[in-house]
This record gives sequence, structure tokens and C-alpha cells, in this order.
Amino acid sequence: MKERYSRQILFSPIGENGQRKLSEKHVLLIGAGALGTSNAEMLARAGVGKITVVDRDYVEWSNLQRQQLFTERDAVERIPKAVAAADQLREINSEINISGKIMDVSIHEIEELVEGVDIMIDATDNFETRLLLNDASQKYQVPWVYGACTGSYGLSYTVVPGQTPCFSCLLGSVPMGGETCDTVGIISPAVQIVAAYQTTEALKLLVEDYKSLRRNLFYFDIWKNQQSTIKVEKLKKDDCPSCGQACTYPHLDPVNLSRTAVLCGRDTVQIRPANKGKRNLDELFDRLQAIEGGKVEGNSFLVNLTIEGRRLVAFQDGRVLIHDTKDISEAKTLYNRYIGG
Amino acid sequence: MKLFINGEEMIVPDDVTNVEELLDYFKLNNKAGIVERNQVIVDRSLHAEEAVTNEDRIEIVHFVGGG
Repeated sequence: MKERYSRQILFSPIGENGQRKLSEKHVLLIGAGALGTSNAEMLARAGVGKITVVDRDYVEWSNLQRQQLFTERDAVERIPKAVAAADQLREINSEINISGKIMDVSIHEIEELVEGVDIMIDATDNFETRLLLNDASQKYQVPWVYGACTGSYGLSYTVVPGQTPCFSCLLGSVPMGGETCDTVGIISPAVQIVAAYQTTEALKLLVEDYKSLRRNLFYFDIWKNQQSTIKVEKLKKDDCPSCGQACTYPHLDPVNLSRTAVLCGRDTVQIRPANKGKRNLDELFDRLQAIEGGKVEGNSFLVNLTIEGRRLVAFQDGRVLIHDTKDISEAKTLYNRYIGG
Repeated sequence: MKLFINGEEMIVPDDVTNVEELLDYFKLNNKAGIVERNQVIVDRSLHAEEAVTNEDRIEIVHFVGGG
């Protein structure tokens, strides 16, 4: 144990005491894409006692350029990212507790996941989940580290409830559309910079070295050779609905939640049925095989139907991904046609 | 007019006179972001009133969703 972490223990801000604290802490990672896999690998190697990785998606070829825990075999077999990441993390460090959860994080899920967690790391690909995370962070007093990137640009910020402005304070209104990995692409080094900032902040929080926290909003464009920070304390709003004096946590209210989502970096719509029951994949597999002109494949986690030049993937938790379209109404039509509400 | 934007020296047209016009010039006005002028954050509601002048140091950071 000591040999394994010896170089980290030699680093005086961590030391023996910090290493012990790391081994007693639980980190929740929301998302196992580019940021998620990079953060997860660093934290697992660092010896964080428990790591929970949550993701709703599965591995595809377009992920392999930057999502470091995945292999070609994961893409061929369409292994859910949470499963593939957790398996790889266990290979890296068998001494810690690693949990992979195939799950689309919404209100109900975040309220369960956050219990007993010391910090959360944002590795999501959308603002809705980040705002959910932000409200859960405030409600349960759990710090979280924002990170995001597109192209060669990225940014990071650490939210400590009761101390810093929250993400809603910084964001103002929720952006409509904007750049995604889908429209402007993404290079791996931009991911690694953001992840490095996130993991470093996470380590400071986990060893309880609060005075070393960055407290600024950090951003860079590694292709344009720019990087800077902005002091944001001034942005803390007393009337913020998420962290202000009369906060209501609006993003934990189902009224403010969408049921469909276009996934970042993918020509894909996700539909999440209101019914929270489990989907019987064997039954679905048999039913879809009867459809003329369709090709059905499956594994124990999902069923894949290729039809009409589109691909539908159904998960056990009820969600369906409709690939090769960004049109939500078309996606719903295909969903209703083949999967059924 | 010469400005230092995110640390880089840039020449912008003289008809850019305030923060809102500067964001329009860079086509950034529909993005969620934060603007700092000479190390002071400019309140979002005051973008049209905050003048930009020669040799100002401006930081523009916009939030993105990817990850």
C-alpha cells in the first residue's frame, strides 16, 4: 500500500495523513465520457477509497479517440460505458471500491446517488444535468467540480456550498443550444487539461486542504495559446434560487425537467419514458425480430434494432436511444412505432 | 481601437463602443458567459452601458456543455 502511493505521499500537501483521508472518501462521477474516464483513472490511481461512475450511454468507435478507459472490443460489443469504465478501473486498482451504474441521472437518481458522497465531479455533456448536480450540491452540502470542453477550449470551476457562488450564479440563464462536440469537435488534450484541473481540485477537497482551492473560473484555448482565470466571488447572488437565502432548488423540481435529450457528440436522441419500470429485454428482442426489414442484436444490457436507416437501442431502465437523427419528433415517432410507450 | 482580449492584442472597429457591441462583434451575445473589463466583472444587465476604451484588458469566457 505504502509503496503504491509513495510518490504521492512524498508530496507534502498530501502526505501520510492526506493519503489516509483519500482512502476514506467517496467520489461520485457523473458521466463516463472523455472527462469522466480521465478523472476516474487519476482518482483510482490516487487511491480514493470509493468511486462511483454513472453513465447512460454505451461505447462507440467515435469515443475511442479520447475516452481513455475504453478499448476497440468495448466499441464492437457496445458495452455500457459505466460497466467498461468500472472493469478497467478495477484492473488499475483492485484495492479500492469501484461501482459502475448504467443510469440516466435525473432528480430521483441524483438524490439517491449523492447520499454519503464527499464530492461530485461533473463529467456530463449538458447543462440540464449540471444544474441538477448544482442544486443537489446545495441541498445536500456536497462540493462539486464543473468541467467542460469543446474543440480546443475548456473551463473548470469548483463549487463549495456556503462558500463560493454556485453554478447558477455564474451561468445566469441556461444557454439555448451552443457549441457541442457534435458541431465543433473535440481534441483529447483539451479534455486532459480540464480533467487535470478537476482532479487536482478534487484531491484538495478530499485531503481537506481547502485553503489551496482555486476559487477562480479557469479557462483556456490550447490551440490559440490562451489561458486565464476570472475572479467570480462578486457573482454570488443573494436571491439565487439554487444557493440564495430563500433557495427553492428549481432544478430538482420535475416541472423543470425534459423527457427527451439530444446527446452531445452524437446524432442521437434519447427518450426516457415516464414509466419507471424495468424493460423486459428478452420480450422486446423477440418482438422486434418479427419486424420485417429490421435487424435485431442484443446483449444482457441492451437491445439494438436497425431499421429505416436508423438505429434504436433500448436499455433495461426503459430508456431508448434513437441514432442517426437529431429530430426529437422523428425520434418519438420511431420510438412509438417500434418500441411502444 | 486596440484591446487586449483574453491576453491577446486585437484591433476592433471604432464603432464598437461598449461591451454589448463587443460581444456582437465577436458573435458571442447569444452565449452564456462572463465578461471582465480591466479585472472587474461587468454585470450582465449593464453590458450596453459599460464602455470599452483603447487598451482595455477584456476577458470573455463562455460556458460550454461538452465533456
